[in-house]
Amino acid sequence: MRDSIRYIPHSEEDCQEMLKVIGVKEVEDLFGSIPQDCRIGKPLNLPHALSEPDLMAHMHNLQSPIFSGSRWSSFLGAGSYQHFIPAVVSSLISRSEFYTAYTPYQPEISQGTLQAMFEYQTLMCQMTGMEVSNASLYDGASSMAEAVLMAQRITKRKKILISEAVHPDYRRVIRTYIDPAEQEIILIPYEATTGCTDQQAMSRLIDEGVGAVVIQSPNFFGVIEDLAPIGDRVHHAGGLLIVGFSEAVAYGIMSPPGELGADIVAGEGQSLGIPPSYGGPYLGVFATREKFVRNMPGRLIGETVDVDGKRGFVLTLATREQHIRRAQATSNICTNEGLCALMATVYISCFGKRGLRELALMNLSKADHAKKAVAAVHGCRLAFSSPTFNEFVVKVDGDPEDILKAVRKEHILGGISLGKFYPELNQHILVTVTELNAKNEIDRWAEVMKNILE
Amino acid sequence: MKENIDSGLIQDEPLLFEQGGQGRKGYSLPRWDVDKVEVEKAIPSYLIRKELKGFPELSEVEVVRHFTRLSQWNYGVDSGFYPLGSCTMKYNPKVNEEIARWRGIAHLHPYTPEEFCQGALRIMHELEGFLAEATGMDRVTLQPAAGAHGELTGIMMIKACLQARGQRRKKILVPDTAHGTNCSTSTLASYQIVEIKSNDRGVISPESVSALMDDQVAAIMVTNPNTLGLFEENLKAIAKIVHQKGGFVYCDGANLNALMGIVKLGEIGVDVVHINLHKTFATPHGGGGPGAGPVAIREELAPYLPVPVIEKRGGTFLLNYERPESIGKMRAFYGNFGVLVRAYAYVLSMGSDGLKRASEIAVLNANYLMKQLRDDYYLPYDRPCMHECVFTDRLQEKYHVSTLDIAKRLIDYGYHPPTIYFPLVVKGALMIEPTETESKESIDRFIATMIRIAGEAKENPDLLHQAPQRVKVRRLDEVTAARKPKLRWTPIDEQMTSDRSNNTK
Repeated sequence: MRDSIRYIPHSEEDCQEMLKVIGVKEVEDLFGSIPQDCRIGKPLNLPHALSEPDLMAHMHNLQSPIFSGSRWSSFLGAGSYQHFIPAVVSSLISRSEFYTAYTPYQPEISQGTLQAMFEYQTLMCQMTGMEVSNASLYDGASSMAEAVLMAQRITKRKKILISEAVHPDYRRVIRTYIDPAEQEIILIPYEATTGCTDQQAMSRLIDEGVGAVVIQSPNFFGVIEDLAPIGDRVHHAGGLLIVGFSEAVAYGIMSPPGELGADIVAGEGQSLGIPPSYGGPYLGVFATREKFVRNMPGRLIGETVDVDGKRGFVLTLATREQHIRRAQATSNICTNEGLCALMATVYISCFGKRGLRELALMNLSKADHAKKAVAAVHGCRLAFSSPTFNEFVVKVDGDPEDILKAVRKEHILGGISLGKFYPELNQHILVTVTELNAKNEIDRWAEVMKNILE
Repeated sequence: MKENIDSGLIQDEPLLFEQGGQGRKGYSLPRWDVDKVEVEKAIPSYLIRKELKGFPELSEVEVVRHFTRLSQWNYGVDSGFYPLGSCTMKYNPKVNEEIARWRGIAHLHPYTPEEFCQGALRIMHELEGFLAEATGMDRVTLQPAAGAHGELTGIMMIKACLQARGQRRKKILVPDTAHGTNCSTSTLASYQIVEIKSNDRGVISPESVSALMDDQVAAIMVTNPNTLGLFEENLKAIAKIVHQKGGFVYCDGANLNALMGIVKLGEIGVDVVHINLHKTFATPHGGGGPGAGPVAIREELAPYLPVPVIEKRGGTFLLNYERPESIGKMRAFYGNFGVLVRAYAYVLSMGSDGLKRASEIAVLNANYLMKQLRDDYYLPYDRPCMHECVFTDRLQEKYHVSTLDIAKRLIDYGYHPPTIYFPLVVKGALMIEPTETESKESIDRFIATMIRIAGEAKENPDLLHQAPQRVKVRRLDEVTAARKPKLRWTPIDEQMTSDRSNNTK
C-alpha cells in the first residue's frame, strides 16, 4: 500500500471505491484524455518528502543570522520599515476564517472580509485625505505605476513628470509598466541643497502636454515635500498631481496629500503592521477623488442592504474589472493584498487617533536625535537642509560601502549607500530611525561612526 | 453608539467607527528616551496635520472582539468544503504559517547585505528550480505578486523578445474559455485580442488557430487544463503552428494542480507559464491575497527576466541587477517572499511523489463528483474531466431555478458555492473544483447535498429563491450598490452636510 501523505486524506481503499464508482480500474485511466506523447517519462526530479520536524529543522537553518545570537541594530529603511507590530495583529489575521478564504465573490458568506475591507477603504481615505480608496494593490511601486496609467486614461496626455526624489525602484517599476509609445517619462531634478523636488525646474518642464506630475512625500531622502504649489502648477496646466509615499507612519503628523491638491495618492502601506519580510508581501495603497472612481484599478467594496433591509457589503463597480469587462478593464488586477490590508486595518484600529500621532512624533523625535548625534561627528554632515520625517541623508568623508562594512563589525546595519541609485551621491548614506531604535543604540551608532571617521 | 442585535451565534457588529470612545487606547510604544520634538519647529505649519479626523479610539479588547466577530461571518478552507472552480482551494498547512512568521524570515529587511540573506536567497533560488522542474521550463522569476501580475510579466518578456528581433506584433490569440485577466493583461501590454472559438469537445483545435495565426500574432494565451476542466489535447500541434509563424505560447497555469508529475508544459510547446502559488502550492489566499505568480520561461526569454535575478556563484547566492535587456522591475523588491517561503515548505513536505499524488487525487475527486452528479445536473461536456468539472442549471430551468439559486442554497447547507457563470461559453455554469485535500466522506456529503438541492428545485423551488436564510445577511442589493456607490464610512456631521447639499440640488 502507498504511504499516505499528511495533507491528502485518501486511503488506498477510498481510492479503489471511488475508481469503482467512476468505472475505471486505476487512477492512471483518469488521464486518458492526455495524449501519450504529452505525458512525462520519468518522475519529477524534486527532493523526497520531509516530515514536519525535519522540515522545521531545515528551515531553521535558513533564517538570517541577524536574528540569532547577539542583537543587531538596524537603520535600514528606503521603502521597508521596522516598526513595532502589536501581538493583536498577528493573532487576529491568523484566524483562518480570514486567511483561508478566497476573494469575497459570494457576499453572504464573506461579510467578515467585506466589512473589514470597507473599514480599510475608509481608513485609507482618512489617512490620505482622499474620497475613495480601493481594497489594495500589490505594493507601493506597482500602485504608483497604476496611478500613472490611470492619469493617462483620464487626461489622454502623453507626458508624465516624475521627481527624481521618488524611490528609484518605484520609478523603475513605472518605466516597466508604461508603453513608451503611449507615454513619455521626464524626470524633474531634485535640489542639491534641500533634497526637495526642484520646483523651478518643474515649472519649466510643465506644459499642456503633461498628464501628471508624480511626487513622493516624504521623498526617497526622507524629505517632506512642499506639495501645494506643485499641485497648483500642474492643475493650472490641466494635469493631475499623483502623490506617492513609502512611509505611511508619517501621515500621523504630515498633512494628508488630499488637502494639498493630490488627485491620486498611491503608496506603500507596509509600515502599518506588516513585517519587512524580505520585500513582500506588502500593501499597495491607492486612493483618489470621487469623480475618478470609474477609472480606478482594483477591487472596491460598497455598502448596501439585503432583502430584509439589513446593512451588508459587496464587491461593487465590477464593470471596471477584468472578469466583467475583460479587454476593456481599467487594470488586469484580480488577487490583491487583502490580508495585508486587514493587517493595516487592525494595526490602525489599535493605534487610533492618538496612537498614530504619538507614533509619528516618536519617529520624528528619534530621527531628530540621530541627526544631531551624527552631525556632531567629524567627517559626517547632513546632506540636505529641508525638514525630514524618520529618514535622512548623511554625507560622509570616505567610501560609504567601506564605512557601512566597518559599522557592521559592530553588529549595526548603518544605512543604505546611495551611490548605486544616484551616482552623484557617492558619499551618501540614507539612514532610517524608527520608534524601535532606542536612544542608546542611536548613540552607539554615532559613536561607532565617530571611531571610524575621526 | 450603534445598537447590537445578536441572534444566537449570528452576531451583529457595528463598524469600527461606530464604537469606542474618546481617550480609549489599544496601543503602547517603547519608552520615550529622547526629547519630544516640537513639531511646529521641525516642520512648516502648513505641512502639519491638524487632526486625525474619523480615526477610531478603541481599547485592545474592543479591537480583538471586533475582528473576531467579523471573522465569524467568513468561510475559509478550514471552515469546510470550498469547491470554488479554478481557485484550487486546498488545505493550507499550518507549519508553513508558523515558519513564515519566524523573525529570521518575516523581519528580514530587503536591503540587508547579501551575506546575511543567504538563507532567504537559497529558498528563492531552490524554489525557482522546483518550479522550473515541475513545469519543464528553464528559468523562473518569483517577482510577480499574483497570477495576473505574472501574466503581465510574461507577456512583457515576449514583447521584449519580439522587439529585439525587430518585430512589433499587434495581436494575442485568446480562447473563448479564458480567464478575464488574459484579455485585460493583453490590453495592458498594448495588444489587441483575437478570440478563438473552442470546438464541440470544449478545447481549441489546430485548424482554428491556423486560420487566425499570422505574423502579427505575438502569442497565444492558453489555460491548460482549460476552465472547462479539460486538457487542451491539441496543444502540441497548436504550439507548432504558433512557433512556425514566430509567435510564442503562453500558458495560464491557474490549473496546474491537475498536471504535477503528469505533464511538463515545457515539453509540449509552452514557452511561458505563470504559476499561482496560492492555488497549486497551498499558500493561503488571504481573503483576496497576498498570492504569488512566478513565471517560468524557456531559455530564449531569459535575457528579459525582471531584475534582480537570483544567481548562485560558487557557494554564494546574490542578486544580479546587471541585465541590460531586462524588462525592468514589476514591483519594488523581489517577490512576495512570505508566500514563497510557504510554497517552498510545501514542495519539501510533499516531495516529488507527493506532488504527483496531489494531482492524481485532485483528478480522482473531480471525476468521482462528476460521475455522481451527472443525473441531477446537466453536464455540457460529457467526458472525463481533469481537476474540475462544469455543470449547468439547464435541468433546473423548467422550475425557474438558476445557478445563482443553487449556489445560494449551498450556503444554507454550510458550503462555499462553486464558481458560477464562468466560463462564459457555458450558460449558467457551475464550476466545481474539489481539490485533493477533501476526503471521500467530505465529497460524499457534498454530493448528497447537491442531489437534495436538485430535489428541492423540483418540489419547493421557493426554498432556493429565498436562499440563503441561515446567514447574517441574505441576498444583497448589488444593483443599488453600484448605482449609488457608498465606498466609505463618513462622520455623522459630514453625512448631514452632504445630505443638505443633496437636498438643495
